[in-house]
Amino acid sequence: MTTPVLELKNLTVDIPTRFGTLRPVDDVSWSIDAGEILGVVGESGAGKSMTGNAVIGLLDSPAHISGGQVLLEGERIDRLKLSDMRRIRGKRIGMVFQDPLTSLNPLLTIGEQLSETILRHLDVSNAEADARAIRGLDEVGIPSAKNRMGAYPHEFSGGMRQRVVIALALCAEPTLLIADEPTTALDVSVQAQITALLKRLCRERGMAAMLVTHDMGVIAETADRVAVMYAGRLAEIGPVSQIVGQPRHPYTDGLMASTPAASAGQARLRQIPGAMPRLGKLPDGCAFHPRCPFVQDKCRHDPGPKVGIADDRAACWFPLDAQEDVA
Amino acid sequence: MSDLPDAARQGPKPTGRLEEAEVVAPSRWKTIWDADISYSFRQSPVAMGAAFVTLVMVLAAVFAPLVATTNPFDPSSLNLMNGFSAPGVPNAFTGETFFLGTDDQGRDVWSTILYGLRISLFVGAMAVAFAMILGITLGLLAGYLGGWTETIIMRVADVQLTFPSILVALLIFGVARGVIPIEYRDQMAIWVLIIAIGLSDWVQFARVVRGATLVEKNKEYVQAARLIGRKPGAIMLRHILPNVLSPVLVIATISLALAIIAEATLSFLGVGAPPTQPSLGTLIRIGQDFLFSGEWWILFFPACTLLALALSVNLLGDWLRDALNPRLR
Amino acid sequence: MTGLVSIKGLTRVFDVSKPWLNRMIERLPKRMLTAVSDVSFDIPAKTTYALVGESGSGKSTIGKMVVGLLRPTEGNVEIDGIDLVTETDPAIIDRIRTDIQMIFQDPFASLNPRWRVRDIITEPVSARGGNIDGLAEKLLVQVGLAEEDAGKYPHQFSGGQRQRLCVARALASEPKLIVCDEPTSALDVSVQAQVLNLMSDLKEDHGLTYLFISHDLTVVRHMADTIGVLYLGRLVEEASPTSLFNEPAHPYTAMLIDAAPRLDAFGREVEPPEGEIPDPTDPPSGCAFHPRCPLATDICKAERPKLTPHGAGRVACHHAGQVRLKGAA
Repeated sequence: MTTPVLELKNLTVDIPTRFGTLRPVDDVSWSIDAGEILGVVGESGAGKSMTGNAVIGLLDSPAHISGGQVLLEGERIDRLKLSDMRRIRGKRIGMVFQDPLTSLNPLLTIGEQLSETILRHLDVSNAEADARAIRGLDEVGIPSAKNRMGAYPHEFSGGMRQRVVIALALCAEPTLLIADEPTTALDVSVQAQITALLKRLCRERGMAAMLVTHDMGVIAETADRVAVMYAGRLAEIGPVSQIVGQPRHPYTDGLMASTPAASAGQARLRQIPGAMPRLGKLPDGCAFHPRCPFVQDKCRHDPGPKVGIADDRAACWFPLDAQEDVA
Repeated sequence: MSDLPDAARQGPKPTGRLEEAEVVAPSRWKTIWDADISYSFRQSPVAMGAAFVTLVMVLAAVFAPLVATTNPFDPSSLNLMNGFSAPGVPNAFTGETFFLGTDDQGRDVWSTILYGLRISLFVGAMAVAFAMILGITLGLLAGYLGGWTETIIMRVADVQLTFPSILVALLIFGVARGVIPIEYRDQMAIWVLIIAIGLSDWVQFARVVRGATLVEKNKEYVQAARLIGRKPGAIMLRHILPNVLSPVLVIATISLALAIIAEATLSFLGVGAPPTQPSLGTLIRIGQDFLFSGEWWILFFPACTLLALALSVNLLGDWLRDALNPRLR
Repeated sequence: MTGLVSIKGLTRVFDVSKPWLNRMIERLPKRMLTAVSDVSFDIPAKTTYALVGESGSGKSTIGKMVVGLLRPTEGNVEIDGIDLVTETDPAIIDRIRTDIQMIFQDPFASLNPRWRVRDIITEPVSARGGNIDGLAEKLLVQVGLAEEDAGKYPHQFSGGQRQRLCVARALASEPKLIVCDEPTSALDVSVQAQVLNLMSDLKEDHGLTYLFISHDLTVVRHMADTIGVLYLGRLVEEASPTSLFNEPAHPYTAMLIDAAPRLDAFGREVEPPEGEIPDPTDPPSGCAFHPRCPLATDICKAERPKLTPHGAGRVACHHAGQVRLKGAA
């Protein structure tokens, strides 16, 4: 068996506060293989962005990894020194964030930013770095890339800027890409372009990607496997067809059903009552139990189990497929 | 989709009861104690120390008649023979002991400081209040109305900022002296001082309030109020004003320290509080005359008091600025 | 019969030039942005009219002109036959104002953080001196919150609950028309469903008319009786949801439908749409969509198509009806 590109083993993140310790990421484990896109979905406060930040070592103090391991190609990176981590970021892990403007330096041309990043991470000549930069821009679909090298970020439209950010993330040929809500700030037509681009690049380069988003539609179209997070815990993980088509965790089921796209033509949307609990006030047992339509006594006391095989499981005492058998 | 009970399928009419369970109303005192600002206060020894010093000084000033050993401005209680008593040393003629000494006219320095503190704090607080009211009003108008109103107000502010504020205060003070008849001068001196310092200080309030107003007026709650036909005056007072007050509070505290120093400076220059109503600045000016003749205490104790007051109010303002700034928290 | 809302030739131009001095020095001409251009439509009473479009389509600008927050440059908005801009009788203006309300996008900015919930949601009535006894409690229960919530502050509520508060405020003056500007785009999916269901229920119970503004086609499909598609400030197509989604007549509509991510489409390999929205200060000649349009011919570059009846709806395209959806519907 090949080593996965990224593997999380029981990753836990704690934020100590004066009112007690919050746990935005609680015992999360999964792996991403080369060429695979893992979609991480959840609503705000689910801990999905925090998980991504924990992987790349960008947790804001006082948040810190309090347990578990992060393995990049079999090598532990959660205990690395800041300087070593900085070398890994950009070189082996590329990052794309929601707002393309904050990821680019407004005072440097995009050519300078790309070449500089390439020179920092790869042992190549200046001319070679420029050539690679042009190739990178070409690859992400920037028209007449050679002429655009001297342009500043503000001269690009939102969609083009996000393409530049992707080129920047990929220029040092990382093995893992972490994209945190990469299309949320973009219009629908541009969003479709960017997701198609991400899909193509992962396939062509055999790169693993972790795609964090709240948009079920984007996940359904882009990801190979999906991890659903709820209140810092992994609710369900599995292949995209399984998660979208036959969810087993009641939360996943409710989430999919409440997407307006899923109930086109119906008078009412199906809704999950209530809201995600705040981190400081997690209920006992399964965190979803107060909102769950199938809640039973056991759910109120025992946190959900991890059922199923390693990369296809739902953290629910009474997963939906099992229930149908009973009924 | 899998089979679901009817209740889940139809989505019951929202009740919201479940969400409510999270919010339990604590008592008012508990709310204040738990607020971020009071927590930050408890975590900062500097802020607590500064607040303690300020509080003691304010109390001493307010209750000066009770704390002071004599009323230094009641001529009947003064004995010229007590002049120049050193601190804690019995007077050679009368045998009385003054623990902070006396000045040339036999006034107890401890008592003059307490009464001086009163004047200094009063002038400082009133000047800041005046500057605040003026600055907030003009800032709100400039920010909310925009256009020519804004241009005129902010250009006047810019011009005033190019002069040092003490110069502006001196100018206003000079004009006022020329206008007020001589027999009222001493009586009016304190109020002239307040207006002079206040007028030299409104600009920063106006600038901060205008900036905050520009942010707030584009927020949707202001649009919602406009939508239902609220008049601009009501929107400014009831909607925007409460939301621009926290930066004003910070500036007001720091301004208080500056106003006290400005008042002391003016009084030291001889254009402030008259000798009949001496502030700390006046006391320092008087004490200065005796510094080189060995009577150091006449200058030293008022100066220390002014330093301690200005420093602690300033530290309090610094802490408040950090505590109210969400980015530093 | 004309509708409750009748919009005729609505146009809004913004001056986005640099300041006067910069223009003189750099010799730049004035830059005008036509955000909305010659838009006409009617909203019959008790129906939902949805405006969809991407950024720069002018959808929010139209919403603001309908509620009277912005003045049209040309054209007019009539509500119940009354044009708020030209109407002079204050009693009639006041009556129409109570008939219109708005729900905003950002549930955090649309509630004044310093006000209690009771005061916020009754403001549309209290501002006119109406009777608000028990009104807040009644409204809170209607939107699925509790009567006790009236004494709380907005920060004690979650995003979805805040949007319910906004709905409660919008209902307070018993309006006929509510303009909803992206009411759920800041909310999580499961909460969005709650709020959309609530809005549907209230429409039934109160006989409301909605102007629903959104960028999200799937949400619009669910809520609307009629959908108007905007591109660069112009209405390019108007149809019922069924015909719009099954047989879009304008190529831009088809592109939007194709680009919208679908849940049942994992592994779907569709060529993404080409190009991006052009600079609205310098729109393309003729039909503004022609640079991105797969059907474009010479006439599209030269002549702007008029909005003409097409089936039961209207469309502005020289090649109306020739377009096909890429994905199987």
